[in-house]
This record gives sequence, structure tokens and C-alpha cells, in this order.
Amino acid sequence: MELLKDLWGYLKDRKKFWLLPLICVLLLIGLLIVLSSSSAIAPFIYTIF
Amino acid sequence: MKKEIILGISAYYHDSAAALLIDGDIFAAAHEERFTRKKQDPSFPINACRFVLDQAGITLDDVTAVAFYDKPYIKFERLLETYHAFAPKGLKSFNSAIPVWIKEKLFMKDMLREELAKLGGRIPKLYFPEHHLSHAASAFYPSPFEDAAIVTLDGVGEWGTLTICHGKGNKIKVLKELDFPHSIGLFYTAFTYYCGFKVNSGEYKLMGLAPYGNKHAEETKEIKRKILENMIDLREDGSFLLNMDYFDYATGLSMTNDAKWEKLFGFPRRKSESELNQHYMNMAFAIQEITEEMVLKLAETAKELTKSENIVLAGGVALNCVANGKLLRTKMFKGLWVQPASGDAGGSLGAALAVHYISFGHERTNIEKRDSMKGAYLGPEFSDRDIENVARRYDAKYKKLNDFSELCEKTAELLNNDTVIGWFQGRMEFGPRALGNRSILGDPRCPEMQKKLNLKIKYREGFRPFAPSVLEEDISTFFDIDTISPYMLLVAPVLESRRTKLPEKYEELPLYERLYFLRSDVPSITHIDFSARIQSVSRETNPKYWQLINTFKQKTGYGIVVNTSFNVRGEPIVCSPDDAYRCFMRTEMDYLVMGNYLFDKKEQPNWDKSDNWKEEFKLD
Repeated sequence: MELLKDLWGYLKDRKKFWLLPLICVLLLIGLLIVLSSSSAIAPFIYTIF
Repeated sequence: MKKEIILGISAYYHDSAAALLIDGDIFAAAHEERFTRKKQDPSFPINACRFVLDQAGITLDDVTAVAFYDKPYIKFERLLETYHAFAPKGLKSFNSAIPVWIKEKLFMKDMLREELAKLGGRIPKLYFPEHHLSHAASAFYPSPFEDAAIVTLDGVGEWGTLTICHGKGNKIKVLKELDFPHSIGLFYTAFTYYCGFKVNSGEYKLMGLAPYGNKHAEETKEIKRKILENMIDLREDGSFLLNMDYFDYATGLSMTNDAKWEKLFGFPRRKSESELNQHYMNMAFAIQEITEEMVLKLAETAKELTKSENIVLAGGVALNCVANGKLLRTKMFKGLWVQPASGDAGGSLGAALAVHYISFGHERTNIEKRDSMKGAYLGPEFSDRDIENVARRYDAKYKKLNDFSELCEKTAELLNNDTVIGWFQGRMEFGPRALGNRSILGDPRCPEMQKKLNLKIKYREGFRPFAPSVLEEDISTFFDIDTISPYMLLVAPVLESRRTKLPEKYEELPLYERLYFLRSDVPSITHIDFSARIQSVSRETNPKYWQLINTFKQKTGYGIVVNTSFNVRGEPIVCSPDDAYRCFMRTEMDYLVMGNYLFDKKEQPNWDKSDNWKEEFKLD
């Protein structure tokens, strides 16, 4: 719940409501990826993520 | 009155660290890598947190606030917007990045609370100052200035890749910001990568390689022209746009678009550890020159916007001491100060300072004449008993000299005899440089010293230069510089009067012929272009190190020694006496001085040859 509250607070603060559908879709896709893989290994040669 | 204690943390990207502020005083700070022995360890700095709390003799119950060095949601926003903007490109990178966020990083608060709970005690309130604000705070608040222009430059934080701010009293005002993917840090790193060095640690090597480039060669001029015409649109105010056709880091899993680079420059990306040819040296020269131009333009803009007489720098790019030295020589500003822990580790300190001055609104009452970093000696220190325990563990033979002056006499004599000495004293340094408490020392006059240190002690590339530690009062005796450089963050030329005349067509000679030509009366610290990355040693900040160099001066007339970090290639700088003794035994170092104890390699028991550091530490 704290995550949702914080995310809402962030969207309000940054006035980035247009990101909301994008977040939902990407989170859903991301969730699928998570569910279909066993581990979340930090990628990449430069950790900009 | 209850003290206000802030624990600053940087973690989860690279080079985790913790820092502790007590009523605004910088009390302790350390990198996690020094404890875990994993170079640039990104994990939560549990050991560093334990150390800073223990150093103050407190528990988490006494801590008022915990400051984390960036805002995770804004970073997530950057990721989503970047993928959105570049779609359908970047699917592979998306697949790798998003699970990490969904599983872990979106729950940063919970993750932090969970880790902090391992320290025991009540969890304090969490604060999340922005990444570049943390850098700016780390540069401005410890500096000796009441008013300063602040320039922060790095790879990327949330969105920001560089900022220009104005610091006045206890306030920091952000005036300009440049956003991802246009990044001076990632631009430099892309060239580091193309020249065959490791991303995020090879940047120093590229900087060290640059002077081997032939500035008069047509190829160098051509590379520079091609970069400026094709890759970057550099504006007069120092801002720029990168042509992302050439860079892969925004959505890919690598830094550069290799095929495009090869087509543009006419030579392929160098394979790691393969031979270095003149193409890469010329490329390093060109990119270093462009970076310097960018830094100078940004400084000019900062001057114009703030009208301040001083400038402070932080962020990974501020560790480019050649650019810093150039900025100093322009005399654009009266005062220049660079945060010694300019990389992300220093963000832990900056985050804590930002909470103290900005969130809690405290006045700045402790502006010190030098700065408030305490020489960057903010890490752990060890007792005689710790050293004796290590000696017992390894059955090591040592001699204890109770009188420190006698120890200095003996050590200076050994240096004068061209031996290499591990020097381990007092509190460990915070930041990437060893500043005389965890250092390997040598005689800068010795013609063979650079070769010996690179190939037999550090086991690193032969072209890499070494830095001098010089008595603060003697800095102008050796170098063309009129200010102090306590953190090895300024490069200046060796005085003309000390230089040797170069042979004809010197710049066209092969790398190693140029390298081993004796360029001055202190050849092992004189880089190929007569420059040196200077550390000035003050009696006030590090009296023991000062005394040693001064004793060497009394013997030789030279108040200067070679100082390189106490580690081998790929290893974090040693932290404890155990780390130091093992590093000493694994290399061809001749002597080790820890506290008042002198260890002679010849007297040590045989070291197990199967203890191979190359397996323990990955090459950087």
C-alpha cells in the first residue's frame, strides 16, 4: 500500500499523470517477465538502471 | 541537548558507501568495497554503516535521519520515458531492467528498512535528496567557501547528468540541468569502452593514456573533427546534445554502436588487454581535449550565472584531474575546490549534508580555512594489538620502533635505497585516492621506479603514470602551481627547470621508448607530457606522512615521494592490517610499515604461492 501511496504522491508532485497508463502497461509487461523468469539479475555494463 | 546524527547512504548502483554527520560535523565515512574486498561493491553498505556507527559509539537508535543519495521513483520515470521514447528499440534492455525494478528497486524504502534493521534498533526517518543535489552538497558544504558556483558532472542520476548550481550560506539553488541521455560522463565512458578499458573503472586509464596521443598528428585532428561534427553538438555555454545513433547505452546493453564508430574512425574497438596502438592513444588525446573544453565552457557559464569568485566540483567527471588542472590555470575563479570522494560513494556524504542544511535548515557555522573533510581520513583505524594479531596469525617477523622519528629515519633510508614500501597508518581515506595512510611509496628520483611499481607491485599496464606526494611548502619547488592540492585532484606541469631536453621526433617514438625516457630529475612521477597529479601534504592534516616526507627531504634534498594506492590491480585499497599484510606478501614490495611496525620481506615466512590475487580480484 505504501508503494501505491508513494507512487501517487510522486505523480502528483511531478505532475506526470500522463505516465499513469504507461506505468500500468509497463508494470504488467514487467510483471509477466518477472513471473516467467526465476531471477532478477542486474544487467548491463554501466549500471544506469 | 540531543545531538543530531545523520547517516548518509549510497547503494545499489556502484561504489556503495556510508557517511555519518554529527551536528553537521563530518565524523566518519567509508566505501563498502574496502570491507567486502569487492571492487566498487554496489550492495547495501552494511559493513560501512556498522563502522561509522561504531566509530561514533552509537546505535541506530541515536540516529536522527537516514539520507539515501537519490530519488528512486524519478529514476524509474527516466527509465519508462526513455523506453517509451526509443520504442520499439530497447526491448532487450527493458527485459533486463524492469524485473530488477519490479522485484526490488521500486520497493527501495522497504529494502532500506530491511537492511537497516540488521543494524539493530529503531529505524529512523528516511530522506531521499536528488542525486545531483547530493553531489552538489558534497562539493559545497565541506568546501572553504561561503559562496560558490557548483558544477556537478557524472554519468547519470535520476534524469540529470550535469548541473550548475549556486551555493550561498546554507542554500543551494539549481540554475541549470542537462538531462539523460546527453551525458558528459557517459560520453567519456563510451570512449573508455571503445579504447578497450573497463566501463566505470577504466576512465582513469583513458585519462592517463591521453598524453601518449600525438597532438600534431593528422589522425588526432581528424578524430577530434569527426567527434565534433558527428557525435556531439557542443554549444558555447557548455551544454550539448549527443547523436544517439552512435551510442547504445540509452536502450541497449553496451556503450557504443561499434559498427558506426568503426565506419567513422576507421579502426575497430580495442579488445580488452590487447596491445595499445597509436590510434587509441590519439583517440584518448582527442576525447580528453574535448572534455576539457566542455568543462571550461561549463565553468564559464557557471561564473556568468552565479558571479561567484569560487567554484566547487563533484560527480565522477570531477575526478578528471587534468581538466581540473586546466580550469585552475585559467584563473577564472579565485578559489577551486573538488570533493575528494566525487564519485557516487561521496553521494552518501552529500545526501547527509543536504538533509542537514536543506531539509533541517541549519546554518553553516563550520566553514574551515582548508575544508571540513579532515583530509578525507574518515575511515577505520587499527591499534597496535590488531597489527600484532595479524603478525601472529601469519607468523610474520617484524621490528617495532617505539620512536616515530626513528621509524621515519629508517623508512626514509629504505626509500633512498630504491626499495618499495607499503605505508599503513591511521584512518583510511574516503574517496578513490590513497593519500598517505594506505599507500605504496617509492623514490621519485629512481629511473626504474615507475616500471617496477607498475609491473612488479601493482601488476598493471606499463603506461600508467604515478603521482607524487610533496610537502605542501615545497609544491612550487617542483611544479608550476601556486595552490595546494591535498586530494590529488589537480594536475600541473613539472617545472621547466627540472625537465630534460627531449630527443628529436620524440612524439613519433614507440610508446615504451617514450615512456622510459628520463624526462626530469623526478622521472617516476613525471608523465609523458611533463605533467603530474599532485598531492600536497600538510603538516596540519597528516603530521605522520608529512614527517616521513620531511625526513626523506633531509636525507636527499627532495621533499617528495611516489605515492600509489595500497592494492594490486582490481583490488580495493587495503583497509585492515590483514589486507595490507596479504597484499605485501603477494607482491614484490620490499618493506611494509604498519603503525610503528616494520616488516622486511626477506625475513617473512614463505607465502603460499597458490594464494593467487589474480583469481581473487578481477582485472579492472
